[in-house]
Parts: sequence; structure tokens; C-alpha cells
Amino acid sequence: MKELLDDLDRWRSAGMAVAVARVVDLEGSAPRAAGAAMAVSEHGEVSGSVSGGCVEGAVVVEALDVLAKGERRLVTFGYSDDEAFEVGLTCGGTIHLFIEPLDW
Amino acid sequence: MSAEQSLFEQLRDAIRAEVPVALATVVEGSFTGAKLIVGRDAESEGTLGNPDLDRVVTRDARGELAAGRTGMRHYGLHGEAREEAVSVFIESFAPPPAMLIFGAVDFTAALARVAKVLGYRVTVCDARAVFATKSRFPMADEVVVDWPDRLLAAVGGELGERDVVCILTHDAKFDVPAVVASLATDVGYIGIMGSRRTHDDRTKRLVEAGVDEAGLARLRSPIGLDIGARTPEETAVSITAEIIARRTGRDARSLTVTEGPIHP
Repeated sequence: MKELLDDLDRWRSAGMAVAVARVVDLEGSAPRAAGAAMAVSEHGEVSGSVSGGCVEGAVVVEALDVLAKGERRLVTFGYSDDEAFEVGLTCGGTIHLFIEPLDW
Repeated sequence: MSAEQSLFEQLRDAIRAEVPVALATVVEGSFTGAKLIVGRDAESEGTLGNPDLDRVVTRDARGELAAGRTGMRHYGLHGEAREEAVSVFIESFAPPPAMLIFGAVDFTAALARVAKVLGYRVTVCDARAVFATKSRFPMADEVVVDWPDRLLAAVGGELGERDVVCILTHDAKFDVPAVVASLATDVGYIGIMGSRRTHDDRTKRLVEAGVDEAGLARLRSPIGLDIGARTPEETAVSITAEIIARRTGRDARSLTVTEGPIHP
């Protein structure tokens, strides 16, 4: 969260809606520890990361949907086979993200 | 904390001011998204929707904060243990760990730079005022002209498992008191620079100064991993890599020759 603060301030003072995704739980080998965070502005700008780049694209889509619907949610990303082109972690672990609007 | 500020603004200001603070968020159960901000001593701010749950989570969050831990916990609706009605994510925002570097030598600047990249709060300390200057170590958070054991007597009580001491003086009259004073703290890493000959000589002097087997076993000496480092910058990588490996309990071989998960 700390590394997001400057971007969050900038987006908030520009009046933009922002969603924050945080790694809240993980199983197996995962690239980033619990607490890793990523913010997405309503225009799709991104700050921070929650994995090694494996799932960030999908997190942007989820985060924009969270902003559109105004509801918080838990999202899980698990193992995916590299060749299947599905969204997931290639390192074999599972991460649980909590995604919510920055309205607090 | 000001009541006019939102919880996020209170959290943000505490993180920026490096005041230890924990954020508890309900991620599953009723009141999803409800939050509590917990400081080390002050009253907590916000609510998770139930006063009993708030009280239990405040207590647990203080424990997590003291240990610098972040993770998920499960409770009953009123904070009961061994129930799963509510999942609360407790995130600790601990101040950055400290690296104390004793000895204002060439290697010090390179080590301070790499330590800053890794998020340490860096203090450079040397008793020689002509070497221990802010202009020689602009990257350090603090440059102190003092004897290492005197600095440690002043700040040693605040140091813990996440903090590290690197002794780069390779001069026995500085080293021995610095090592003895470092061993009196709870720091997670004590590394001492010097050739193998310096190491042998220093070990003798440490034993004479009363350092026992357990104390000697806590020391990394000569400092750093065996990666063939030559320059101050390479040596800084060797030292910081050893610090990481000690923390994670790895034996720091190449991933090429090891098996199992890459991330601890």
C-alpha cells in the first residue's frame, strides 16, 4: 500500500474513482506476499502489483467492474497451464485478492 | 488522528509518518469492507460492525503489528475464536527495518545504496568526524559521529529481528566493542567485514572480551555470500543477499541446482 500512496493522492485529488486490490491470502508458492496491493483508477491507470505480472491484466478488468457495480469482492487466481492462455499463476500457487472501491 | 479525516487518510498519514499501524478489513461475512485502524497504544478507529468483534480484533491486530505480520484471521460474529463467520484481513504497516553500518569506508556508500533499494532505514556510524559526513553518504537516512557501542547503548533496545548490523570498520579497536554491543541487541543479522586473517584475530579478541559460543554463532564473519564479489557494489550485493538468505533460512545456492518452490 505504501508505494501506492502518491498515485492514490493524485487520483483522489483529481476526483477519480479508484479501486484497490490487495493480496489477503495465499496457498502454495506465490510471487508476492499478503499485503501486496495494486490500485486501478476509473480510467484504467494502474499502480503497484499483486503478482509477478501473471494476473494484473485480469485484476484491472475485475477492479473496473467493482467500480462500475460499487461492490467489494474476493477473487481467487490459481494455477494455470502456460499454454492454455488462461489467467492464473504459472508458479503453482493460489492467491486470494480483496478488491474494493477506495471509498473509506 | 483527526476525526475529520477518513480512515484512509488516517492510515495514509500514519504510514507516511512511519507510525506503526495495522488495518483490519472484513473481507468475508456481514459488513464486508468494514475497517478498523489499530495503533500500538491509541484507541482504534472505525468499526467492523460489532463492538465485541472490534475489541478482539484490536487485541489481535496489536499482536500482529508487534510481530510485523500480515494475514487472514477468522472469527465468530462477536469475535469468537475457532469460528469462521467473519474473515478479517489484518495488515501491519511496520516502520522500515533498520540497517546500522559501522565504519564510514568506501564499501559503506555502496551498501547504503543497495540497502535503500531494499527498504532499509540506513544509519552510518563512525567515530571519525572527518569520514562520517552527510556529504559522503547522502543516501543514508542518518550519519552519526560516535562510537558504535555508544550508539547501540542508546538505540539498541529498539532493535529487533528485522533489523541488521553491518560492521565494516575492520579495525579491532572499533570492531570488538561494536560486536559485543550488537550481540546485546535482538537484531536478526550481525555481519563483520574482514579477511580470513582479520576474522581469526578478531575471533580471538572477541573470546577474550567474553563472547561465548552462542554469541560467535550469531555472527556472519567474514561478511557476505561467497559470490566472488570484488567492487564495493558487488560486495554490497553479497552482503544484502546474505541478509535475505538468513531471514528466509535458505542456504543460498543457485536456483539451478535446487528444487521446490521459488517463493518462500
